[in-house]
Amino acid sequence: MAKTPPGTERTVARFEIRARGYLTAEGEPRGALPSFAEDRDQLVRLHAAMTRTRAFDQKAVALQRTGRLGTFASSLGQEAVSVGLAAAMRPEDVLVPSFREQGAQLWRGVRMEELLLYWGGDERGSDFADPAVRQDFPVCVPVGTQYPHAVGVALAFTLRGEARVAVVAGGDGSTSRGDFHEALNMAGVWRLPVVFVINNNQWAISVPLDRQTAAQTLAQKAIGAGLPGEQVDGCDVIAVRDAVGRAVERARAGEGPSLIECVTYRLSDHTTADDATRYREDREVSRHWAGEPLKRLRAHLGRAHGWTKEEEEELRARIHAEVEAAAERYLAIPPQLAASIVAHIHAHLPPDLEAVRARLAEGGDG
Amino acid sequence: MAELTLIEAVRAALARALEDDPSVVVLGEDVGLDGGVFRATDGLWQRFGERRVRDTPLSEAAIAGVAVGLAAQGFRPVAEIQFQGFIHPALDQIANHAARLRNRTRGRLTCPMVLRAPYGAGVHAPEHHSESIEAVFAHIPGLRVVIPSSPARAYGLLLAAIRDPDPVVFFEPKRLYRAGKETVTDDGTALPLDTAFVAREGRDLTLVGWGAALKECREAAETLAGEGVEAEIVDVATLKPYDAETVLGSVRRTGRCVIAHEAPRTGGFGAEIAARVAEDALDVLRAPIRRVTAPDTIPPLPRLEHLYLPSAGQIAQAAREVVAWR
Ligand SMILES: [Mg+2]
Repeated sequence: MAKTPPGTERTVARFEIRARGYLTAEGEPRGALPSFAEDRDQLVRLHAAMTRTRAFDQKAVALQRTGRLGTFASSLGQEAVSVGLAAAMRPEDVLVPSFREQGAQLWRGVRMEELLLYWGGDERGSDFADPAVRQDFPVCVPVGTQYPHAVGVALAFTLRGEARVAVVAGGDGSTSRGDFHEALNMAGVWRLPVVFVINNNQWAISVPLDRQTAAQTLAQKAIGAGLPGEQVDGCDVIAVRDAVGRAVERARAGEGPSLIECVTYRLSDHTTADDATRYREDREVSRHWAGEPLKRLRAHLGRAHGWTKEEEEELRARIHAEVEAAAERYLAIPPQLAASIVAHIHAHLPPDLEAVRARLAEGGDG
Repeated sequence: MAELTLIEAVRAALARALEDDPSVVVLGEDVGLDGGVFRATDGLWQRFGERRVRDTPLSEAAIAGVAVGLAAQGFRPVAEIQFQGFIHPALDQIANHAARLRNRTRGRLTCPMVLRAPYGAGVHAPEHHSESIEAVFAHIPGLRVVIPSSPARAYGLLLAAIRDPDPVVFFEPKRLYRAGKETVTDDGTALPLDTAFVAREGRDLTLVGWGAALKECREAAETLAGEGVEAEIVDVATLKPYDAETVLGSVRRTGRCVIAHEAPRTGGFGAEIAARVAEDALDVLRAPIRRVTAPDTIPPLPRLEHLYLPSAGQIAQAAREVVAWR
């Protein structure tokens, strides 16, 4: 091949993606920790929230397996992502989740029985009662379509001059979609207070990351939109909490949007409707159990802060009771009235639908 | 009171809404300094500032999706998609989110947004600039679909769409943007969002249409009047929710129904109207319902575009046939 003369060639832009982690897979600190992570109470709170998320997921899967819940997406192995991102937010911020952020939703005030109600097939599960989460978006099932909503929410904050931040989460598969790129781009142009958190759990149902993208990292997808992107160990809740925290406060200070890629692993099936043994090796899954986020933080808590077996057992018992009570409440909720299937389509029902509503209301089950 | 073209009436309604309600935000491609490719937003950027009249990147899905986020936060975004032919990337956001947000949260979050787009053929535009796909949107539960046919209707219906607490798609007949002027009183009065209008009274048959096709309906009615046939014209105006009563009321008076639209025939909104008339007024029909539509084809490039749009002559001929039935 003929050598091309250099002309005026020069480097006009240069990029780098940094990856960060604080705890090793065994829970050993790699060095100094962020200041919040020196505080035992804060670490216990993160540990409790991840434990709670896992217990909730286990209960939800059990309910599904016994015919008392619909399809459900567990966050097994990824609890550090959703708990870490929520811990970095303020109550007045707005969460725009995908469908695997129950850890974040529960942290912020969504009730367990509301999530069970939603996955159990009842729209009222997205009518969150706690005032702290009334502005949070509900679960988003169409992959990646949630990103522009967060940009709109952040634009609303900016237009009102509020120091609030929208945090949007999604998976590795969603970064292949146009909505993701359009949202990053628009947030960048308008320098909006929005943080994109990617749960890179290596799988989009049956498609592994190397068949999802040729990019070395997902964090670098932010670079194309002019946003900072960084990667963190997504099984290390300290790293997630730290990175999202810095991004959220940058956004709050008017310094614009950013993207945090959390590298983690989906230890569960995609959902209860999936059978991952069809497309991935058990060996691979077993390997990832070694660095899973709960064991990791608990090891650090034990070594550095004297977290005892008794404390752990007490925590688990308390959470078990909480989850069981929430499941009881969920199972006791009667179905919605028949007329509810049309009652919320518009604020003002047109005559046709009003007639359907009246007929359903009269006939009970329509 | 002023004599305005349809595009001027759209602009007047946008200005009125921006003036009256601080939660109204206009966004879209080239809507700022340029004032929109059809000048619908001309001068608004200068008057209301770049925060409220906002140029977006070339990004239809995000325009719609960002509007959903803004609306969920209590703003009233009025987003422009430059041509209806380019609305498809936004359809996912409209159908899966805008139209469903109230229902899926039991009213906790709502979506008071408007998505405006010019639609229709007949202006010798390039490929993908002449579509008429209103029926696609009318099929989506939770969405309102509005199409004005004149400057005064555009003004009143757009204000109503912006004030409505739910998402509205507002399709503007670009063929009529500058086709004529009408007296518009810019006093902030909105028109109802669920009412069809009787645009011309007549005893012999009912002509049903909307948007740009109203022009050919009127011309056909003039021709027919010269032959002693008086056509009543119903301007549907709000396809969703569809005002069945006004159409049925007219058909009960005339006993005959011809529907005209410039969208393709199969699955066009005319099929819905025909079905509703057949379901509810078969006993008064004195002739079969007729549809005059574009054929099931792609809008041709400009050289043969005239063959695509239903003409006044075709509408008049269909009317003669139903009047002469048996
Ligand atoms: Mg994934």
